[in-house]
Amino acid sequence: MNKTSIRTALGGAVLAMTLGGNAYATECIAPADAGGGWDFTCRQIGKLLYDLKLVDQPVQVTNMAGAGGGVAYTHVVTKRNEDADLIVAASSATTTRLAQNAYAGMTADQVRFVGAIGGDPGVIVVAKDSPFQTLGDLVEAIKADPASVTFAGGSAAGGFDHLKPLMVLKAAGFTDFASVKYIGLDGGAEAITQTIGGFTQAMTGDMSEISGFIKSGDVRALAVLTAEPVPGFEEIPTAKSQGFDVEVVNWRGLYVPKGISDEAFNGWAEKLQTVADSAEWKQIMADNGLAPFTKVGGDFQGWIDGVVADTTQLSKDIGVIQ
Amino acid sequence: METLANLSMGFGVALTPFTLFLAVAGAFLGTIIGALPGLGPSNGVAILIPLAFALGLDATQSLVLLTSVYYGCMYGGRISSILLNIPGDEPAMMTTLDGYPMARQGRAGDALVISGVASFMGSFLSTVGLVVIAPVLASIAYLFGPAEYFALYALAFATLGGMTSSNQAKSAFAACLGLGLAVIGLDNATGLPRFTGGNLHLMDGIDFLVAIVGLFAISEIFIFIESHGRSSAIGVTLGKLTIPWADLKATFATMLRSTGLGFIAGILPGAGASLGSFMAYMAEKSWVGSSGRFGKGDPRGVAAPEAGNNAAAGGAMIPMLTLGVPGSGTTAVMLALLMTLDITPGPLLFKEQPEVVWGLIASLFIANVVLLVINVPMVKLFVKILMVPPWILMPMVTMVSFVGIFSLSGSYFDMLVMIAFGVLGYVLRKLEVPTVPVILGILLGSAMEDALRRAMVISDGDWTYLFSTPIALGLWLFAAGGFLAPMFLRRLVKRPPIPPSDMPLDAD
Repeated sequence: MNKTSIRTALGGAVLAMTLGGNAYATECIAPADAGGGWDFTCRQIGKLLYDLKLVDQPVQVTNMAGAGGGVAYTHVVTKRNEDADLIVAASSATTTRLAQNAYAGMTADQVRFVGAIGGDPGVIVVAKDSPFQTLGDLVEAIKADPASVTFAGGSAAGGFDHLKPLMVLKAAGFTDFASVKYIGLDGGAEAITQTIGGFTQAMTGDMSEISGFIKSGDVRALAVLTAEPVPGFEEIPTAKSQGFDVEVVNWRGLYVPKGISDEAFNGWAEKLQTVADSAEWKQIMADNGLAPFTKVGGDFQGWIDGVVADTTQLSKDIGVIQ
Repeated sequence: METLANLSMGFGVALTPFTLFLAVAGAFLGTIIGALPGLGPSNGVAILIPLAFALGLDATQSLVLLTSVYYGCMYGGRISSILLNIPGDEPAMMTTLDGYPMARQGRAGDALVISGVASFMGSFLSTVGLVVIAPVLASIAYLFGPAEYFALYALAFATLGGMTSSNQAKSAFAACLGLGLAVIGLDNATGLPRFTGGNLHLMDGIDFLVAIVGLFAISEIFIFIESHGRSSAIGVTLGKLTIPWADLKATFATMLRSTGLGFIAGILPGAGASLGSFMAYMAEKSWVGSSGRFGKGDPRGVAAPEAGNNAAAGGAMIPMLTLGVPGSGTTAVMLALLMTLDITPGPLLFKEQPEVVWGLIASLFIANVVLLVINVPMVKLFVKILMVPPWILMPMVTMVSFVGIFSLSGSYFDMLVMIAFGVLGYVLRKLEVPTVPVILGILLGSAMEDALRRAMVISDGDWTYLFSTPIALGLWLFAAGGFLAPMFLRRLVKRPPIPPSDMPLDAD
């Protein structure tokens, strides 16, 4: 009897220890499944925060997929509003959804945006055996028969990945956006799988989501949506060089809960700036096709407000919202 | 042979005294986490990631620790399924169907040994499969589009009715209940809330782990209180532990078949271990036909889901390593760990970082052997944890349920939902409605809906698209067969044939 109780107690103690250790570490929420762009942000920034000794315990990354980041946003606003040990991966997709009122009535001022420390160029890729050789081929095919092409992306319908091909088409003078087919999956890796499998004709996403598949030769990039070719991926032509005046860069950064103190907010801003300035981060950007894009601290919130306003206008222009 | 050379390199990386110690510790801890209701493999592994870093483990050592915990959970889940009728984690749900009846007949020891060996077979063979044909099998994920996934989930639901032999309508009712509950929350295709009643806490939908713990553990507590412990599951005794060689021989083929099915379910991203164990159980039930005593303590009903869910755990490694697409909740957490260690899974991982891949594979083999030893000869140790008198065990189950669920989201609301599910489970059990289909409905419902809506976008709303490929068509045929066969078979077979002689007789 005594022996059994001791065993039970031991089991409980082990459990309590592991759970207890969990409670004090910084948590980074990636609002999509593992393998996508937000996940990448959490993994890399989380790792550098610990490696650079900015936090004293490894950052615990939580994947919280759903509704293009809406599930995580709602969670942070409603459940974690005063958690000073919580950071959340954010990007253009976050502001896009906020601009479109797609987070169930949540607005951009319900969290605090800490900063962006890199830009992930937008890309449009096809399977290696696709008939489309250039971005022009793809655009012509859609113009001829919009139903012939379905795009796959890692954001929900109407999200940033959905807007990318629409912006290209807008630049090409095609404006029947409702006829363009798009399916949203949980993360870029799943979107690529569907495209390689031939279920969708093209994938729209970010450079960091596709770099492994480009190197392995499973997919071809038709265009990168930046002004200049991306270092390390010079062979991928820009949309501009193919006659489509579109630039879409997905900034990578963080937001934190609204209810934390200014002191805690400034602490995160300083830490994020330190990560941005580190040689390790520059190497990570180079390895993954990220372009430099650093805006941290007070100015960033103002910039975000501007982006949200612009995106709202754009979304109205292209008919995604009324 | 290149594969063998790689494998021996992997063992060279993984076989040091310290990593062996980690494997044993991880396997032990994993079995406990798996056996405790409310703590499953994905939170078990997630909880240990900070620990791995705090201990300063390198990539291989962390992987050994976490894979041992992962596989340990897959083994451990069956213990409370069999002894308490409460699944330790979601893939072990199917094991309650025959494992617990076996325990009621005084054959708890046999059930534990059979399921332990089945777990070993499932994970060992799927790890072999991972070594031999991983790159080839990775491409299976490319064959499954929205139409195929929808047909796959339809197949799962079509066979649900036959799951519990007593009343198919009640199973169907329970599945519909689960499907309905799966609709609650933010709609993935539009980002709009459904059936949340304006409650922001319900935006996240209902976590199936919350539902499982409520439906099984909490309702058990209610039943226990009501009957003063008499009609409760708690308190099954374990006799002398012997190896039931006859049963092992009789279930060997079952284990092989279930391993194959589970392995394939694991490879498909999104399907995962729960679907693996479910498909394995249902396939085995229809394979055996009316001569089996499924649902009443058939050893094959214990062997099939355990081999199936452990094989799926191995299979799920394939899309994770080769595509960066996690095949299950737990591999999603493992993928996370790999990326934190600067290892980016994807098509180039096997070429660029072979020492990591083969170290991981070697550690899977090591974990398996350790787990077989822990879970068969030493299973009494874990059983003792669950065999304490009810007045200690019931408060413990209650406490672990609440702590486990709170650790998921840190929200009190989930605990209220859990209690609501406990009440629901109590009512359903009083009405003799099975609770397992409710969980399957919640688990597979939203994935099924997403697949359907994606298919409809691709096809411009053309329903024939769902039947347009050979794979989808094949799955639909199986679904139709699985749905109709039980109805016709029951009429054709007037009297069940005499059970084979090596089948165990009803105890007492």
